[in-house]
Amino acid sequence: MTSEYHFRVWRGDVSGGAFQEYRVPEEEGLVVLDVIHRIQQTQQPDLACRWNCKAGKCGSCSAEINGHPSLMCMTRMDEFKEGETVTVQPLQTFPVIKDLVTDVSFNYEVAKTIPAFKPKPREADGTRRMYQEDVDRVQEFRKCIECFLCQDVCHVIRDHEDNKKSFAGPRFFARLAELEMHPLDTNDRVALIKQKHGLGFCNITMCCSEVCPEHIHITDNAIIPLKERVVSEFYDPLAWVKRRLGL
Amino acid sequence: MSERHAYDVVVIGAGGAGIRAAIEAHQAGARTAIVCKSLFGKAHTVMAEGGIAAAMRNVWKEDGWQVHFRDTMRGGKLLNNWRMAQLHAQEAPDRVLELEEWGAMFDRTNDGLILQRDFGGHRYARLAHVGDRTGLEMIRTLQQRAVELGIDVFMEYTLQRLLTDAGRVTGAIGYKRQTGELVLFAAKAVVLATGGIGKAWKVTSNSWEYSGDGQAMALEAGAELIDMEMVQIHPTGMIWPPSVRGILVTEGVRGDGGTLKNTSGKRFMFDYIPEFFKAETADTEKEADAWYTDKRNNRRTPDLLPRDEVARAINAEIKAGRGTAHGGVYLDIASRRSPDYIRKRLPSMYVQFKELAGVDITVQPMEVAPTLHYVMGGIRVEADTAATTLPGLYAAGEVAAGMHGANRLGGNSLSDLLVFGRRAGKSAAEYAGRASAPPAANEAQIESAAAAMLKPLGAGDGENPYRIQSELQETMHELVGIIRDESGLKEAIRRIQTYKERLEQVRVPGGRAYNPGWNLALELRSLLMVAEASATSALMRQESRGGHTREDFPKTDGEWGKKNIVSMRQGDTLVQRTEPLPIVPDELKKILEEGAKSE
Ligand SMILES: Cc1cc2nc3c(=O)[nH]c(=O)nc-3n(C[C@H](O)[C@H](O)[C@H](O)COP(=O)(O)OP(=O)(O)OC[C@H]3O[C@@H](n4cnc5c(N)ncnc54)[C@H](O)[C@@H]3O)c2cc1C
Ligand code: SF4
Ligand code: SF4
Ligand code: FES
Repeated sequence: MTSEYHFRVWRGDVSGGAFQEYRVPEEEGLVVLDVIHRIQQTQQPDLACRWNCKAGKCGSCSAEINGHPSLMCMTRMDEFKEGETVTVQPLQTFPVIKDLVTDVSFNYEVAKTIPAFKPKPREADGTRRMYQEDVDRVQEFRKCIECFLCQDVCHVIRDHEDNKKSFAGPRFFARLAELEMHPLDTNDRVALIKQKHGLGFCNITMCCSEVCPEHIHITDNAIIPLKERVVSEFYDPLAWVKRRLGL
Repeated sequence: MSERHAYDVVVIGAGGAGIRAAIEAHQAGARTAIVCKSLFGKAHTVMAEGGIAAAMRNVWKEDGWQVHFRDTMRGGKLLNNWRMAQLHAQEAPDRVLELEEWGAMFDRTNDGLILQRDFGGHRYARLAHVGDRTGLEMIRTLQQRAVELGIDVFMEYTLQRLLTDAGRVTGAIGYKRQTGELVLFAAKAVVLATGGIGKAWKVTSNSWEYSGDGQAMALEAGAELIDMEMVQIHPTGMIWPPSVRGILVTEGVRGDGGTLKNTSGKRFMFDYIPEFFKAETADTEKEADAWYTDKRNNRRTPDLLPRDEVARAINAEIKAGRGTAHGGVYLDIASRRSPDYIRKRLPSMYVQFKELAGVDITVQPMEVAPTLHYVMGGIRVEADTAATTLPGLYAAGEVAAGMHGANRLGGNSLSDLLVFGRRAGKSAAEYAGRASAPPAANEAQIESAAAAMLKPLGAGDGENPYRIQSELQETMHELVGIIRDESGLKEAIRRIQTYKERLEQVRVPGGRAYNPGWNLALELRSLLMVAEASATSALMRQESRGGHTREDFPKTDGEWGKKNIVSMRQGDTLVQRTEPLPIVPDELKKILEEGAKSE
């Protein structure tokens, strides 16, 4: 007898649902997403999940695997113990649509509230010069694949649905930090970060950084510097003026 | 029809081409919507790794649009639409700088400009990039720009048919994935930017989205396709373990110093330098290695010959028994560059191999084999306007054809998306501005499309769409793959007919809400249409050129080099004819010839 994987997958929609058990023959080198696809192909063609790149680049296949927010395409089956049951459920912070697919529109709405990049004028020779050292720290945030795993794990919105109105979440703190640290940007977002995006709700638990598949140091490199900036600029407008003038 | 919308311009597709088109149409004052099958920001473009080709001259002052134009035409085996290749080479640098204006952060040169890297078939280091995640940078920048402009985006909406009236396009209909409800978009102009057709093949770097919906919609609505035999097999896809087979290994690995080896450790590419590229390719390892740092005095390494050449060489090595047990060859950068350099230049390749294959590419060689990657053929467009042969319908990006001829150079797609996405958006907005309001949607067309969409749903015995898809993928892989011949192609065409018949019998259980089985059944229709166009065009072209290799006609043929194969529908049947290529004007011919002489 060939060995089999044991899967428990949440099936259902807004009106409710339950875990269902599936068995899939073992094969070398599979990831969780492959097993979900096998179930789709051979047992339940209507099992819903999202995916695109199958290589950790698009951030579509987010789910909770044994309770841990993960990318299904980057979770290898050989990480589990022989015979271990693998439980897959949709992200819990967002409303379910069907099976493993959730309504992540909250994130797209927050994105609309962030003031855009506004570059300063070009150099005299018509170019825009930026140096790799300055670009490096911004590029860290631009690696974000918008998998929303950090949003899923953050207790501020996971445990308090109401906070969604006034909290942008770690993904967007990374985005705000990226814009604030962009060497060419001239927009000012500090008041907004404090008032609208609810940076103050974050109590630096680091959970977001831990689940980020891109290993972005969201807390250390985005949230803490933003908090410092809010403190110095919100309560010390002179510091703000100086920074904008490059003094 | 449970949902109806009306816009001046509807852009179908939210990859680089679609978003760029929508930005342009919106800025020209047209009421514009973007419609896409996946979430916003997840299109194929996000996966692009290596870079955007543009002769910006930041690294090599010798570069210029003429050199880029020439490289593109030669890489395409001169089957390109010359005007598209010219516009592309001339406009790409401005399109890249525009991304920077919108917040993109490319890697930098020492003096603070956008850094450019080497890629196959490009004479100079030309690809603007961000490590090996350039597509992510590009799509995020465009996405954020579209958000800033407040463009309406409909995500997880799949459009299925174009509506037409009196010989022009009037909109499109489809369904919402999340609920399965049918939707209608009335539009004065439509831009198709739906990408490629790779999911018709078994081993591919492409995702589920690449089912050829745009090509199929265009065909059905009466527009023409060209060059459908021209598909690109990328030389380096992952091969082991089986579940990752086909996932792309960027050409940037070779651009940054990696080299191909067979199992005896031989750098075999030196044995496969074709006559056409002899003058410009290094013939010793010494010269090839020296080229990375001194391009003036050395010729390019054969590892970076155009993709069709490298893919055929790898295929030949494997066939000759010099491949690995898993059926690939080695791609080695570990023994040639430092671990730090590799991790800095190729971070996502490092993670991809580490996590998915358990291979540390700073220590071990990668195992690679060819994978279906891109379609050069597609919807026929007018170079300057991106207009298709159907009034009101425009096409840009991978779904459109002509720009890349018989073979696309790496990096030339991302730049193509920007250059022709912008042009398509502009033309569509202009057309919408001139056009009268579209006539009221044709209810009979809507009814029949709606009925066809709902047909596969229902309990009871029937064909499984996944099974038909996987049989189609086997067939295309085996018979319409890297090497083709007459009997194989005829067999493929025969089988495609039987899949079409079986598609009529497909039954999918479950409801309409987010039902991948049902969605696939509908996508199969497009897949079969594009697979048929590809196989029949391949049968017609009796020569080998670029992405199309015929075992029974192994040579390029000057006469065939002057013709495009046009596919169109007559009633329910697909028909093909040849048409002469647009003639290259003398001043551009000179560029092509001079370039060849100077090397
Ligand atoms: C792994 C990989 C790496 C690559 N690397 C490079 C590189 O380094 N440089 C380079 O130049 N090129 C590269 N390419 C090629 C390049 O990325 C693609 O050709 C290009 O991104 C295609 O862009 P597009 O805008 O035409 O389509 P896509 O980005 O694929 O977008 C298609 C859009 O159409 C939508 N769509 C499709 N069908 C429908 C429908 N029926 N209804 C509604 N919406 C629909 C999809 O949802 C999607 O939004 C790479 C490709 C791959 C796969
Ligand atoms: S560190 Fe802050 S943002 Fe991150 S998970 Fe904890 S509370 Fe949320
Ligand atoms: S910051 Fe990391 S975890 Fe959060 S969305 Fe981006 S990639 Fe995902
Ligand atoms: S499928 Fe793209 S990240 Fe998993």
